[in-house]
Amino acid sequence: MKTICAVQRSFGWLSNPKTIPLQLGLVYYLFFSTMSQAQETELHLVQDSIIPIDLKEVVVISSYKAALEHRLQHKPLATLDAYLESSKKVTMIKRGAYAWEPMLNDMSSERLSVTIDGMRIFGACTDKMDPITSYVDVSNLSEAHISSGQQGSEQGATIGGALDLRLEKSNFKTTDWVGSLEMGGESGNNAQIIGGELNYSDEHFYIDTDVIYRKAENYVAGGGTEIAFSQFEKYNISTNAGFKINDDQKLSATFIFDEARDVGYPALPMDVSLAQAFIGSVSWHQDTFLGDFTDWETKLYANKVTHIMDDSQRPEVPIRMDMPGWSDTYGLFSQMRLKTKKHRFLIKIDGFYNRSLAEMTMYPNNPNEREMFMLTWPDVRTLNSGFYAEDVFDLEEGSLKLSTRLAVQNFNVADDFGLNSLRIFYPEMTRRQTRFLKSIAAQYHRSFKSIHFNGGLSYGDRAPSVSEGFGFYLFNSFDNHDYIGDPDLKNEKAMEANAKLSLKEKRFKLELEGNYFHITDFIIGEIDSGLSVMTIGAEGVKTYQNLDSADLYNISLETTYNILPELQWSGVVSYHRGTDNTGRNLPFISPVAYGSNLQYSNKTITGSLAMQGAGKQVNFNPVFGEDQTDAYTVFSLTVGKQFSFNQDKLYLKFGVENLFDEFYSTYTDWRNIPRIGRNFFATVSYAIN
Amino acid sequence: MKTSKHIIAVLLLISAFSSCNDDSDDPILPEEDVLETFNILATIDANGHEIGIYSEQQQFTIGYNELFIRIKEVASDTYVADADISWTPMMHMTEMMHSCPKSAVSKTDLNAVYKGFTIFQMPGNAEEYWELSLDYTIAGQSYNATERIEVKLPTDGKQRVSTFMGSDDSRYILAMMPMQPEVKVNDFSAMLFKMENMMTFPSVADYMISLDPRMPGMGNHSSPNNEDLSYDSSSGMYKGKLSLTMTGYWKINLKLMNDSGVVLKGEDITEENESSSLFFEIEF
Repeated sequence: MKTICAVQRSFGWLSNPKTIPLQLGLVYYLFFSTMSQAQETELHLVQDSIIPIDLKEVVVISSYKAALEHRLQHKPLATLDAYLESSKKVTMIKRGAYAWEPMLNDMSSERLSVTIDGMRIFGACTDKMDPITSYVDVSNLSEAHISSGQQGSEQGATIGGALDLRLEKSNFKTTDWVGSLEMGGESGNNAQIIGGELNYSDEHFYIDTDVIYRKAENYVAGGGTEIAFSQFEKYNISTNAGFKINDDQKLSATFIFDEARDVGYPALPMDVSLAQAFIGSVSWHQDTFLGDFTDWETKLYANKVTHIMDDSQRPEVPIRMDMPGWSDTYGLFSQMRLKTKKHRFLIKIDGFYNRSLAEMTMYPNNPNEREMFMLTWPDVRTLNSGFYAEDVFDLEEGSLKLSTRLAVQNFNVADDFGLNSLRIFYPEMTRRQTRFLKSIAAQYHRSFKSIHFNGGLSYGDRAPSVSEGFGFYLFNSFDNHDYIGDPDLKNEKAMEANAKLSLKEKRFKLELEGNYFHITDFIIGEIDSGLSVMTIGAEGVKTYQNLDSADLYNISLETTYNILPELQWSGVVSYHRGTDNTGRNLPFISPVAYGSNLQYSNKTITGSLAMQGAGKQVNFNPVFGEDQTDAYTVFSLTVGKQFSFNQDKLYLKFGVENLFDEFYSTYTDWRNIPRIGRNFFATVSYAIN
Repeated sequence: MKTSKHIIAVLLLISAFSSCNDDSDDPILPEEDVLETFNILATIDANGHEIGIYSEQQQFTIGYNELFIRIKEVASDTYVADADISWTPMMHMTEMMHSCPKSAVSKTDLNAVYKGFTIFQMPGNAEEYWELSLDYTIAGQSYNATERIEVKLPTDGKQRVSTFMGSDDSRYILAMMPMQPEVKVNDFSAMLFKMENMMTFPSVADYMISLDPRMPGMGNHSSPNNEDLSYDSSSGMYKGKLSLTMTGYWKINLKLMNDSGVVLKGEDITEENESSSLFFEIEF
């Protein structure tokens, strides 16, 4: 307890009257935590549930009680964005310090399927300022499952892959009451983080509650430059509960509320005054179903996202504007498994209904003129109904996975104002349209003693996103163009090939992995010189068009070496390339990137020294708003120690990122917004059993 | 509370309908109601007649005015259904007098209601004023009624008519037809007249009017898929399409070309030239 108070003082929270709710929260947690009975808990180590055949990466997100298990985590209270960025497959597009947009295989939101526990949810911002990953936090997640290419089609139609964020659940473990409290602070942006959880779980019932609050001021880039409008404040509350009706049947429900306010986007001309999500689901799980089927799970879900852009804090803008957006999604899925001697089937039906609406109101500088209003997303209703099936069957010395997804996707432009707006550009446009989506994939795995080979071929397609199909004058500050959607776009189709060779020795592991996407009817914005710019200061107007084709390659080499049982070194280097059929470079393709990590851990002490960097960007394209990004290398250092008091555990972690205060930006940094400079951080976790 | 309001509203509606039914048997003159939704802009008492000038507008405005006329014989309290009417609007300026483009006055489908349009080029003021002179014949007898009318600038101050000297040294009057602007591709039309002399303003056919809508408050951006105005002989109007991509203030820059393509008035919009000297304005 003393330790916690000391930490509080050090962050000045006790003396600040504004933080009274926080302190009440603290009292709440401490009170209930001490009320809880001390009980010996068996710590379940996360099982390596990855079927070797999937080229899946799982980012383990440490939760509070799991913080002690996953104390190797570089920075336990980092944002989810930072966790995802630490994965070797995911890169993050940054428009500021908050709400980074994940990319997989150099493809972003519209080419990915991003889900929370299998639930579809879509951001409400026309400018991609609220990726789904910004509406959850590390407090309520256990893992992020990253599937490349069509391996992600289980969650929905995709080209680049899928990111499924798994919620953390006590899941009928007999842990009884468990509470924990975590606090952290960072020097680079004066960030304050406080979180806590209180869970009860027994054989028949569990309820988990998590709270996390983050507040950060403007961050300081390398060399001491303060980045204006990079502050943010957010909190996330979540609860999930399960009830076992009998040994075979379970009912569970989850609810997440996430709200961010006063979020600055230094790379954009506007900030966000509110980004808010309600996410809820109810599910039914049955171990057996219809005789031989198992793991029957049916989930109903709904979510509501509100996103309000705001320029009122900016001192000078050409014109004041409001840009609110709303995205509501309702969906369900039902899946079951069937195991026979040689086959493992998974059958799933799913569907969602999404409503996306966004407005723009501009206030003329001449007060006598009327407001200018347009619908930037014309109340697009998307109805998607899908069927997914996979079969993994064993071959001699290997296995083969076949999977397919078939879906019907309907678009309906519900708002007449919006429909008439788009008909200015597309007079023949219909209100409704239907598209058929299909995916088929084969993935093969074979092992030769310590060598494993994975290889796959697949085909998949996707419908245009709401912005690509129906966006109306969406300003993209990256290439400084207004974008107009095209409802008549063809579906984008991808042929994909992937291969992975891994060598696993006792102390040594080497993985060489590559994939290749040949994408036809590649959707991208192209300049239409006949159109007049709407946004003041924009260079031109682009309409979304289908390019004949585009090709993307990703190759990576990763090695891990256990120098001592407690000391591990890992290194990764990757190469990426993306061009269209005329040889032009595609945007947001990584230059050669590398990383190296030396990690020490024994029972109570952890430490790491990490290096990360990229070569000079050789392949870039000014047409898409890119310029050359310089090479950089940054280092970080962390050290952590765990203390035990009876059954309670205290874990302290300190670290410094960007050790040498390098001023740098990467190819994913919107308009070259520099990254945070030298940043000290500290976290304290206290777990009460 | 809300529910009770709804109930009252419904009851009122029902009673309104039922009272209509009740009234249908009574001999009520339909003329009493035909112009009820219109505004009466002027009444002229002359020759034992009460002449009403009606419009959907609130006032006589510069630009296009669609006007409805009804003549009541005061003595018999009936409306005159078979009058021949012609009219002459006249501007009394300090130095001179002139008329304006106008249509003939014709009968409408409504009993005893006549209509036509006038296109006033300028508003009246303290010293200068418009007079509307009606010559009409009822059963072979001719009458004249003249009344001073108040022609005002539009309440929103937006330009819907333009009087100008063309590069051919002729004076023209171009008027925008009334429209309800929406964010869509709007039907858009205008009428063009040449001022032959102070009293004669024949309609001009087969010229061309190009359109370039702009939003001066928003970087002077334009809109796509507009259709220049071309002459439609059946209506005598210039018709085209106007795309408005958002609400707000739009300046419709125009360029008038004669039948051999010579520009009579107006300029192209460029980086240097933000607006044409010939334009209309719309705000919604």
